[in-house]
Amino acid sequence: MKLITAIIKPSKVEDVKAALTAAGVHGMTVSEVRGFGRQGGHTENYRGTEYRLEFVPKLMVEVVVDEEQAWTVIDAIVESARTGKIGDGKVWMTTVDELIRIRTGERGVEAM
Amino acid sequence: MDAGSLAWVLISAALVLFMTPGLAFFYGGMDQGRNVLNMLMMNFYCVLVVPVVWVLVGYSLAQGGSGNFIGNFDHLFLNDIPILDDNGGKLATVAFLGMFAAITPALISGAVADRMKFSAWALFVPLWLLLVFVPIFKWVYGGWLGDRGSLDFAGGTAIHVNAGIAALAAVMVLGRRKGWPSEGHPPHSMPLVMIGTGILWFGWFGFNAGSALAANGQAAQAFMNTFLAAAAAGLVWIVVERFRDGHATNLGAASGIVAGLVAITPAAGFVSGVAPLVIGGIAGLICCYAVKLKHRAGYDDALDVVGVHFVGGLVGSLLIGFFANPKHFDGAFDAGIFYGGGLGLLAEQALANVAAIVWSFSITFGLMVLLKRTIGVRVSDQTEAEGLDIAEHAETAYH
Repeated sequence: MKLITAIIKPSKVEDVKAALTAAGVHGMTVSEVRGFGRQGGHTENYRGTEYRLEFVPKLMVEVVVDEEQAWTVIDAIVESARTGKIGDGKVWMTTVDELIRIRTGERGVEAM
Repeated sequence: MDAGSLAWVLISAALVLFMTPGLAFFYGGMDQGRNVLNMLMMNFYCVLVVPVVWVLVGYSLAQGGSGNFIGNFDHLFLNDIPILDDNGGKLATVAFLGMFAAITPALISGAVADRMKFSAWALFVPLWLLLVFVPIFKWVYGGWLGDRGSLDFAGGTAIHVNAGIAALAAVMVLGRRKGWPSEGHPPHSMPLVMIGTGILWFGWFGFNAGSALAANGQAAQAFMNTFLAAAAAGLVWIVVERFRDGHATNLGAASGIVAGLVAITPAAGFVSGVAPLVIGGIAGLICCYAVKLKHRAGYDDALDVVGVHFVGGLVGSLLIGFFANPKHFDGAFDAGIFYGGGLGLLAEQALANVAAIVWSFSITFGLMVLLKRTIGVRVSDQTEAEGLDIAEHAETAYH
């Protein structure tokens, strides 16, 4: 099993969700996160004083999928989250050792 | 007092009460998210303690008798305030003025934000009310400054200049916030600021038009002036911002509206025609530069009480010397320079403000030093870093 983690632009979350659903993913977890990469932060102005805000709001999407499905899901995220502008985010994949559904105790692929 | 006037004064009193929560939101939104409840509490505390002090002794010292400098003890505990005589007008006026007394120390809270001990604030408010607000109120309304002919319709000198300069004295004793000015302290909730601004503007119609203490033409003109000056000042502020800084901002609009309201406060019942637009516009222009002074002078007036209330109040009060137009108000006061008067009124306006500034600054400074040497005025560095909401009130604004 693989954990796919994506940092995306908040405005793209609905597109990503639609693409994941189309790719056969049955669940996802979305968190509000802040950070910076090449995009850097932005400047705000209050009463004529400039404030440099280094961290940009992003969404982190996490899905656990079967190994054969992993590249399909990654492609779906990359295609749906892309605007072509700086700040589109990142996707990465890590290996998951075990997965358990809390309600039933099912393990592995059964728990997805 | 006739029935219509009594109704208007009572409604105005409630409108002015509503300004203190409005101010709390205006300041609270500009404040840090970890200190917003402390800011709200500093403001709400004023509407808890001031009414008590006001009826026990404050009103009597502020309005009792015919002394030039201070009132007397004739009205302690509201003694000798008639209920049925004058159709309740006297009693309604005591309540109306009590609302002004409540919001005046609340104005200072914006300057001391993020670092003042609540226990020190709790003592500061009633002491400041009796030592600073009450005497200046008496000088302006029934004492030597008013008798000399200076004008202050709804509290430009007695409230805004007074509280604004007191805020400067308070932060000079209190010191800067940790990290200021190198670290930014941007507003944590602009929507809260805009809600507060709306409430303030709404309440300010009672503050200014209610100060006619009658339902008459002067009240209607004060109402119109309150409407126009705020709009003009907000408009000027966002236009300056757009060309100076690149964008028209919500905070600029809010700051301009409040600066315009402050500036028209002393003049509201004495000017008419386009004067409120000019007074508001000038106040907006001057205040949007005045809020930058703190960075040059190095005093940490956190939410710009000096730049908006002191400067705006002073601008409005001095402009009375130019725009006062007694022809439209039965000649009940001196004319300004533009309406056939000489320099006399402007000189009286200047004198009244200098007197208020000297008294308010020195007594506030002394009071803050006294509190600093006894109970202390500043929270610990740890509390300042972690936020005053949890440490001072055991509450969290946002979960």
